[in-house]
Amino acid sequence: MEISLLHLIVLLPLVTAVMIMVGAPARQLAQGSSVLNAVFGVLLFSLFDRDDAGFQFVASLNVLESPGINFALGVDGLGVVLVLLSVIVMLCAVWQVPKRIEGSEKLYIVSILLIGGGAIGAFATTDLFFFYAFHELALIPTFLMIGIFGHGPDRTSIAWKITIYLGVGSLVLLAGLLWLYQASGVESFDMLTLIEAGKNIDAEAQKWIFLLLIIGFGTLVSLFPFHSWAAPAYAAAPTPVSMLHAGVLKKFGLYGLLRLAVPMLPEGFAAWENLILVLLLGNVIFIGFVTISQRYLDRLLGYSSVMHMGYAFLGMMALNEVGYNGVVLMLFAHGLSVALLFALCGQLRERVPTLEIRELGGVAKAAPFLAVFFGLGAFASIGLPGFANFASEVMIFLAAFKDGLGEDGGITPLQITCIIAVWGVVISAVYMLRAYRNIFQGEREPQEGLLDVAMDQRWPLVLLVAGLVAAGIFPNLILNLLP
Amino acid sequence: MLGVITLLSPLITAAIIALGLRRVPEAASKLSVLSAIVGFVCSLIMLIWSCNPVEPLVWATAGDFSLKIGLLSDDKLAQGMLFIVTFVGLLVHVFSLGYMKDDPGKARYYMGLSLFMFSMTGIVLADNFAMMFIFWELVGVSSYLLIGHWFMKDSAADAANKAFMVNRIGDFGFMAGILLLFAITGSLGFEEIRTAIENSPPAQGLLIVATLCIFCGAVGKSAQFPLHVWLPDAMEGPTPVSALIHAATMVAAGVYMMVRVIFLVEAAPMAGEIIAYIGGGTALLAALMATQQDDIKKVLAYSTLSQLGYMVMAVGLVAKHPGGDYAGHAAFFHLYTHAFFKALLFLGSGAIIYACHHEQNIWKMGGLFRRMPKVAITFAIGTAALMGFPFVTSGFWSKEIILAEAYGTPVLFWIGVGTASLTAFYMTRLFLIVFFGEPRTDHAAHAKDPGAVMTRPLMILAVPSLIAASGLVYKWFGIHPPHHADGHATFILGASIGALIFGVSLGFFLYKGKKKEPIGFALFRDKFYIDEIYIGMVRVCQDGVAYVAKALDQIVVDSLAVLGSARLARGVGNLFRFTQVGNLQGYAFLFGGGVLVAIILLFSFAR
Repeated sequence: MEISLLHLIVLLPLVTAVMIMVGAPARQLAQGSSVLNAVFGVLLFSLFDRDDAGFQFVASLNVLESPGINFALGVDGLGVVLVLLSVIVMLCAVWQVPKRIEGSEKLYIVSILLIGGGAIGAFATTDLFFFYAFHELALIPTFLMIGIFGHGPDRTSIAWKITIYLGVGSLVLLAGLLWLYQASGVESFDMLTLIEAGKNIDAEAQKWIFLLLIIGFGTLVSLFPFHSWAAPAYAAAPTPVSMLHAGVLKKFGLYGLLRLAVPMLPEGFAAWENLILVLLLGNVIFIGFVTISQRYLDRLLGYSSVMHMGYAFLGMMALNEVGYNGVVLMLFAHGLSVALLFALCGQLRERVPTLEIRELGGVAKAAPFLAVFFGLGAFASIGLPGFANFASEVMIFLAAFKDGLGEDGGITPLQITCIIAVWGVVISAVYMLRAYRNIFQGEREPQEGLLDVAMDQRWPLVLLVAGLVAAGIFPNLILNLLP
Repeated sequence: MLGVITLLSPLITAAIIALGLRRVPEAASKLSVLSAIVGFVCSLIMLIWSCNPVEPLVWATAGDFSLKIGLLSDDKLAQGMLFIVTFVGLLVHVFSLGYMKDDPGKARYYMGLSLFMFSMTGIVLADNFAMMFIFWELVGVSSYLLIGHWFMKDSAADAANKAFMVNRIGDFGFMAGILLLFAITGSLGFEEIRTAIENSPPAQGLLIVATLCIFCGAVGKSAQFPLHVWLPDAMEGPTPVSALIHAATMVAAGVYMMVRVIFLVEAAPMAGEIIAYIGGGTALLAALMATQQDDIKKVLAYSTLSQLGYMVMAVGLVAKHPGGDYAGHAAFFHLYTHAFFKALLFLGSGAIIYACHHEQNIWKMGGLFRRMPKVAITFAIGTAALMGFPFVTSGFWSKEIILAEAYGTPVLFWIGVGTASLTAFYMTRLFLIVFFGEPRTDHAAHAKDPGAVMTRPLMILAVPSLIAASGLVYKWFGIHPPHHADGHATFILGASIGALIFGVSLGFFLYKGKKKEPIGFALFRDKFYIDEIYIGMVRVCQDGVAYVAKALDQIVVDSLAVLGSARLARGVGNLFRFTQVGNLQGYAFLFGGGVLVAIILLFSFAR
C-alpha cells in the first residue's frame, strides 16, 4: 500500500497523541505537529486537481474480509475543503491551549489531538465503518474534556447532557446507516459503492431510512429541535474544545447528509422536504430569538452557531449546484469564524470575572487587539461582504430562486422559507452588535489591569481572519473545487 | 480602466492604512487624500470624455452559474454620480485634515473614509444586483465605523448600532426583492432584467411586491419613513462624515439605485404610487421636525431627510409619466444639486462647531456673521440653494422640476410646496440664530474663521451650489433641463416663490433678535415620538418574543428531552466517576468497547 499525503494528515495527530501518551513533551510536540499538519493540509489543497470531479489521494488497506471493511482514504472537493478547515482550526486550537492547566496537561492535549484527528479521519475516509468510528473517536474526548476541564459549576451535568444527547443521536445514526447498508444489498462498506447501490432502495424504505439519518446527523449538527445540547456544552467546554467541536466536528452531521443521505436517498429526501424546511426555520428564526435573549457571551456564541446551521440546511434543500457550493463554503466559513469567536471569548474569560454582557464595557480601551479581532469575527458571523460567510449566504439564498418560480407561477415553499430565513441576517446583527457594543465600546471603564492578547497567541487568530478574508474576496478558491 | 482605478485606489489605501500605517496618522491622512485626488481626476476624465469598458470579473461560480463584478462604462447616470461622490469626497478629505487634526484616531478615521470611497464607487459602478448588494453592505459597514468613530462615547456607539440595525431591516427587503426578481427573470444584471421584463411582462402582483421590496433597500439607506430614525442619530459621527456620507452621497444611494432600476417603477405603476407617497410623507414630516431642533447638525439632518423625501417622491412619480426619457431625471437632478449645497452646509456647520469648541446648540452661538465672514457667506449661499432662491441657485431649478412632475397629483404637489415653505422657515430660523444677534456664550464671542484647509472646500462647494444648473452641466450629466414651455409653468413658479417668501417672512418675524425658542412645540421637537414608539415596539416584538422563545426552548425542548436522560444519567453515574479519574486507559477502554459493540452490531446485520 502506498503512503499518500492524506495518510500523513490523518495519522499525524493520532501518532502525536500516542507519542505524548508514552511520555513525549506534550505541548511542544502538539504545537509542532499541528503546524506541520497545517502545512500538509495546505499542500493537499493545492495539489488537489480542480478539474477532476472524483476522489483523489485514494488509498485502501483491507482490515476485514467479510463484511469488507477497508481503511480507505480519499477526498473529493467536499472532503478536501473540510480537511483543510480541520487542520487550520486544529492548529489554532492547539495554540490556544491555556498556559496554565488545572489538572493533567497530558490528558488535555491528547484529547485535543484526538478530537482534531478524529474529525480529519471522518472527512478523509471513504469507508462507512471508519467514517463512523473516527467520529466516535473525536466525540468521546469531547465529553471528557467538558466534564474534567470545563467551566462553571454545572459542567458535570452538562457533560452528561451532551454525552447522552449525542450518544443517542449517534445510535439513531448507526441504526440508519446499518439499515441503509442492509437495504442496499451490497457486501461492502465502501461509500462509493453504497451510493451507487442506494438508488435501488424502494421509496418506502428510503423514507424511513432518511428519517433516521436526518435525526441522527441532525442531532450532531444541532438541527432544531435536537439542538439543546449545543449552547451549554460550548459555554462549558474548554476553549480549544469549543473551537474544534463547533468549528469542525459539528460539520460531520452535514457532511454525512451531503455525502450519503442526499445522493443515496432522493425519494426519502423528497418525502421529508417540508418537515426539514420547518425545522431549519426553527434554527434560523426561533433559535435566533433565543440567541437575542442570552445574557452571557459564551452562550450567545453557542446559540449563534446553532442558528447558522439553519442556513446550511437551507442550501441543501435547494438541491442544485449553487446551493451545494454555498453549503460547502458556509461550512468552511462558519468553521473559521466560530473558532475565532470562541478563541476570543476564551481569551476574554481569562481576563474578566464574568462573561455577563451587561456587566462588561469599554474593553476596547484596554485590549484593542481583542476588540478589533472580535469585531472582525462578529462582522464575519453576521455576513458582511469581504468575509466568506457573506459569499456563502448569498449563494444559498440565490440557490433557492435559481430554478425560477413554481409551476403555477407563484413562489415555492422553499422560496417562502428562504425569504423568512433572510430575516435571520437582521436577527444576527441584533445580538452580535448589541453584545459587541456592550462589551467593547462605551464609556464604562474596563477591568483594572486588563491586558491585551499575548503576542504569541495572536498569529493563529490572524490566520483565521486571513482565511475568512481570502475565501471572502475570492470565494472561487473554495468553490472551484466542487464539480 | 479608469473605473477600475477609481474603485481600487481607495481600497488599497484602506488596506495599507489598516496593515501598516495605524501608528503613522500623518502618512495615513496624506495617502488617503492622495487616493481621493486620484479618484476625482479619473471620474472627471470619465465624465468629460468617456472610458473603455472592462471585462467583468467572475467573483463566484457554481457550475454554470456565476456572480460577476462588472463596471458600467458608458453610462451618464453612473458618471454623474461618480463625479459627485469623488468631488465631495475629495473636499471632505481635505476639510478633515483640519477638522480631525488632533484626533487620536486619525489613521482609523482616514481608513474608514477610504473604505467608504471604495464602497460608494462600487455602488455607483455596479451593473448588477449582486455587486450592488455587496457594496451596499460595505457602505453600511463604513458608515457604522465612521458614526462610531468615537466609540468610547455611549451615544456614538449606540448611534452606530442603530444605523446598522435599521439599515439591515431595509436590506432584508432589498435582498428579498433581488431574490424575487432573480426568480422572475432568471438574471441579476440590470440590463438583462429590464429586457426580460419588457419582453415577457410578469404577473403584475408579483412585480409590485418585488419592486416594493427593492424599494425597502432605498427606504433604509435613504432614511425614508418609517426607517428614517437612524439618520439624525448618525450625526454623532464627525461632522465631515455627516457631510459626505449622511448628506451628500450614501443616503442618496437609495435614490440612485431606484433611478437605476426606474424601469421597475414604470412597469409597476401601483408600486410607484406608494413610493411617491412615502417620499412626500417623509419630506413633510422631516421638515416639520426640523423646525424645532436646537442642534445645528440635527436641523441639517432633518432637512436632509426632507430633501431625500423630495427625490423619492420624484422617483415614484415616474409612474405617472411613463415612457419618456424624462424618467428619473427629476430625482437625480435634485440628488445632484442637493449633494453640493448640503455638503456645503454640513462642512460649514463643521467649521462653526470647530470654532465654537464643539458646541452644537444654536442657542449657544449667535453673532457669528461678523466673526466668521468666510464661513457665513458660504453658508448663506448653501442656505439660499436649499431654500430654492429663485433663478440663481441650483436648488431652485431642481425643486422646480420635481414640483412640475407632481403637478398632476394635487396632494403631492401641495405637500411639495408646503415642504418648500417649511424649508425656508427653518433655514431662516437657523441662520438668524447662529449668525445674528449677540454671541450667547464665550466660545461664540471668540470664534473666528478656521484655516484655509477648511474654508477653501466651502468656497469651492459654493460654486456648484450656484451654477450647477447651467447648460454645460446638463450636457455632462445627461440631464434634461426643466420644461419651461409647459402651460402651468408660471403657476408652479408662483407657488414655489410664494412658499419661499412666506417661509422666510414667518421665520424672520418669529426669530429675529430672539435669545431663546419662542415657540417650543414639543411634538415636532420630539420627532412625533416615533423613536419612543419604536423602542416600545422593539421591547415587545423583539425582546419580548426572544424572552418567550428562550422560555419555550428551556421548558419544552430542553426539559422533555432531558427529563428521561437525567434518570439515565444517575444510573450510569458510577461509570462516569470511573472515567472522571481521567486516566487514558479507562478512556481507551471505553472507546474500544464502543467500537466492539459497533462491530458486533454490524455482524449481526450483515448477511
